[in-house]
This record gives sequence, C-alpha cells and structure tokens, in this order.
Amino acid sequence: MNVASLLASKGSKVITIQPQQTVRQAVGLLAEHNIGALVVVDRSSSPVGIVSERDIVRSAARNERVFSEPVASLMTKDVVIGLPHDDLASVGHTMTERHIRHLPVMEAGKLVGIVSIGDVVKAQRDQYQGEVETLQTQILGDRP
Amino acid sequence: MTQPGTEAQPLRVAIVGAGPAGYYAADHLLRQDSVVVEVDMIDRLPTPYGLVRAGVAPDHQKIKSVTAAFDKVAAHPRFRFYGGVDFGKDITVADLRRHYHQILYSTGAQTDRRMGIPGEDLKGSHPATEFVAWYNGHPDYRDCRFDLSQERAAVVGVGNVAIDVARILCRSPQELATTDIADHALEALRNSRIKEVYLLGRRGPAQAAFTNPEVKELGELADADVTARPEEVELDELSRAAVERSQDRAAVKKVEILREYAARKAGGKSKKLIIRFLVSPVELCGNEAGEVVALRLVRNRLEATAAGTLQAKPTDQLETLPVGLVFRSVGYRGVPLPGVPFHESWGVILNEHGRVLDPDTKQPVVGEYAAGWIKRGPTGVIGTNKPDAAQTVACMMEDLAAGRILKPEEPDAAAAGLLIRERQPRCVSYEDWLKLNELELARGRAAGRPRVKFTRVEDMLAALGR
Repeated sequence: MNVASLLASKGSKVITIQPQQTVRQAVGLLAEHNIGALVVVDRSSSPVGIVSERDIVRSAARNERVFSEPVASLMTKDVVIGLPHDDLASVGHTMTERHIRHLPVMEAGKLVGIVSIGDVVKAQRDQYQGEVETLQTQILGDRP
Repeated sequence: MTQPGTEAQPLRVAIVGAGPAGYYAADHLLRQDSVVVEVDMIDRLPTPYGLVRAGVAPDHQKIKSVTAAFDKVAAHPRFRFYGGVDFGKDITVADLRRHYHQILYSTGAQTDRRMGIPGEDLKGSHPATEFVAWYNGHPDYRDCRFDLSQERAAVVGVGNVAIDVARILCRSPQELATTDIADHALEALRNSRIKEVYLLGRRGPAQAAFTNPEVKELGELADADVTARPEEVELDELSRAAVERSQDRAAVKKVEILREYAARKAGGKSKKLIIRFLVSPVELCGNEAGEVVALRLVRNRLEATAAGTLQAKPTDQLETLPVGLVFRSVGYRGVPLPGVPFHESWGVILNEHGRVLDPDTKQPVVGEYAAGWIKRGPTGVIGTNKPDAAQTVACMMEDLAAGRILKPEEPDAAAAGLLIRERQPRCVSYEDWLKLNELELARGRAAGRPRVKFTRVEDMLAALGR
C-alpha cells in the first residue's frame, strides 16, 4: 500500500500559511480546520517549512509574545516530503523514527496532500483488520 | 416529509457494482439498528461477486468461499439484485436520483496501468487483467486470444496478480482440470507450448508486493521448477537495513523462500518459472509481422526517497530477454463513471472518506458515495473492503441524520424495479443467479470439477429459459 492510496480517500486538501503571517493566524487556522500542522509555503506555493501545534506550544512556553511573531520564526525548515508512490510502511517507520507527525506529499512540484501519523496508523489497522477478516472467512466459512 | 429510515418509509440505497465492497456496504447498511434500509444492487454482469468470480484464480477455491457470506447478505428481505444492468447506459445517475436517497459506487479498478514504453501494443503483449478475466470466464473476454504456441512468456510485475498469471501458465492440464477455470481456457492451456515463464520485478525481493503463501505455492507446482538468480535475491545494503529496522518478519521470510529457490538444483519438470528482480522493461521488440519477440530490460539499483521508500533507479546495463508473449501487471486503476467526478491521476472517484466530492467546490455531492477500489485504489485483500465500506456507510448514516440526502420523486422499490426492467429487459434477479449457480455446480459435479461456468450472457439467459 502506498501514500497515493491513502490520499485517494483522504482528499488532497492541504491547509497552508505563508511565512510572514503571524503565529496567531496559524493558531486560528489550526483550530478552524481541526488539524495539527500547517504547511508553510512561499508565494509560488512551494513548501518552505511546516509549523505544528507542538512548535507553537514550545515557543509559547518560552515567549508569551510569540503569537504576534511571524510563522517563519518558529517553523521547522527541514521538511521531509513524501511522494505518492512511497510505501506506507516505510513512511510509517521514517515518521516514527524521526518524530515526524505530518508529511506533506508532493508530485511534479505540487503539493497533493498531507499524511499524518494518525492516517498511517489507521491505514495499517484497516489493512490488518482486512487480512483478519479474510482469514476468518476462509477458516470459519462464515463470520463467527 | 419525514426523515426516511422507517418501516413505512425505508432509506432507499442503490449500490452500483456487485463485488466485495458492494456486498460489505450492503451488509453494513442492512445491519443498522435504528435505520430501516432497502438496498438495490445493480451490476453490469448477470453474475455477482465481482473479482471473487472474475479475478480470484481458479486454483484458489478457498478464497472464493467468501461468497457464502455474500449470499447471506443477499438473502435479506430488503435486498434486491439487478444483474446485467449497465450503469451509464441502461440506467443513469439521473434515473437513480429519482428513485433513491443515496447512491453508492463500488465498481472497482476495471482497467490496468500501461507501462508507457515502445512496443507495448505489439501482438502478443497483453494486460494481465485480460488473461485473468479470460481464464475466469468473464463474458466480455470470452473471445480473447492468447498465443500459447509460444515457448517463452514474461509477466511484468511481482504482485499477486502477476503470480496468478505465471502460476496458471505453469500449471499442468491435470492440475487445471480440478479447478473451475473456464472451459475455453482449459482447452487452450491444454495445448499450450509454454516452457519458460519469467516474472519480472523492478525492485528487489524485499519490496516485492506478492505475499508469502503465494510465492511459496510457486515452489510446489507439479509441472514447473521455480528458480531465481542468487545475485538478485541477495539483499543490497539499503534493503537489508530497511528489513532489519522494520523487523518485518514477513519480508525476512519472503527473502528466505526466494533464496531457497535460487539455491535449488535444476529439476526435471517440463516447465520453468524464473523470478527476476531489479529489472524493468524499456522496450518490447517486434518482428516484421508486428509480433513481440523480445523484451529489452534495464537493470535497476535501489535508492531511498526522502520518506525512506526504496525505489528503482535504472542503471546503464541493458539485456535482451527473448519472449513471444508478454503480460503487464504493473497496477490497476478505476474507470470513470458517466456523470461521476473522477480523480485522473489516482484513478479513483474523487472522494473524501467515501463521500463523492464536487471537482470544483471540493464539497460533498449530496447522496453519492464510493467504496472499495474505486474509492481508495487497488490495495488490500478482499476483507480490506469491510472496514473500507464501514467508513463509507458511517458517512452515509451521518448525512442521513443531518438531512443531507437526495429527495427522490419515487422512493419506491416497485417503481425502481419497473424502470430497471423496462430499460434492460434481460436483467436477472438474485433468484435467477442462484439458479445459474446451481446449474454451474451441477455441470461441475458431472465433470468432477468444483464448477463449470457459463461464459456467455446468451448461455446464461438460455439456461434460465429466457
């Protein structure tokens, strides 16, 4: 199973913000869309960073005025980008090992989706559940 | 108007496509505690079960036993089946909107991905799906021809479909005769002169999509010796690290099985099945008659993507593999349905968690849903469609509760049935199918086989006395 098949039913919507926008605006977007991270894009819509709720909480703990600062001041610049044909299993390992919770996905220079660690876990759970279901049907001849 | 979902006014749902996803969705719908649902399922073919009948290999009868669970769903008093009804031709979205509160598409991934290389359309080059549909007796593929007088064949891809094709090509007529393979395919394969079958994987053994039971089965064929190249089944540094890191026992086992194949001494069986890795076809070479005579292959090495996937990168080493028959099995995609939004690059209906989306507004289209491969793409086993369908049905119930459903003019089972029969008088019911099923099983018993299939729609209708 690859990233494309996860995005196929998740949708391609990626909520983005520009680096000069404020952290307050970022918090607003996170709350409005009920998500955990925003992809920071420049004027040509290329990702230049990612800002997560964790980044904001950490900064806020140090600096109460963080909300009026630009997103660029606290975003993570070193963004790992996924491809539609990336295997979900290897993506899951990379995310776990490198403590990445959100992976923007690009194809031909365009953002085509974002995968969260929750998405990966759910996809893997559905996969195992499906295998169990299939085996049960075969072994028991029907559902228990 | 009161909210539908009661005995007096059931929620009317049309399901397009009678494969596993359609049945699992119907099951979830009919099991709702507080909502009374009526399900009408239509399919292009008179026979149900989708790929369980037309895709699952004939020598894997056990996998087909899932149809018993599907028949239980179909036996529900509020379930109806209309077989032989073509969505988009006999019945349109507009028709369904007149008669149903909700429409669910579960039409699967009906076409294959192309390799996109020169020579792909030479004679003797086929999509694996065509061969699979042909040997499984799918009426649309009844008259396909495959040149089995060739001695060497290649199957491009190492997924379970590729393995099925290679295995069927390698099976002895005696082995095939104990299956429900279509009669015309059994006859053609009896006269097959295929001696060597190549399975070609573009990545290494650790990345191959086939599952271990399938690859193990290749080592137990009555008439074919399986082999691999020792240097191709040895893991490279990156793959070794990836397997260790993931502690993926299935991958370790897979590599072990393949190594054992590579170490096997040449056997004396009449056919040979050769599994190759780290090669990609770059061209199909033809003769003057336009027939494929060879594959040009490039050797690949593996390279990690930023997210850690090992992908194949071509080297400058080329080789020529003489073959007279090529089956491509490099992926599948859905076919757009008339009037239904489609996501071209992923080959699925444009959707979010099963809700069909309007391509312009990206907002849900009221009353339309997708489940199975047409929703998420061709991944997973049959049972994977159960949680997948559950997700879609959960959205359907949520939308019903919020009143976001279609407002059909005639939400009535009899009226819908009348319209469908008027548009397609040859349509068959589930009772008709159960009769056909009994007839096929009886023909099987007479021939000492699990089943002998009807492979033409005319024959099916004639058998039903129509």
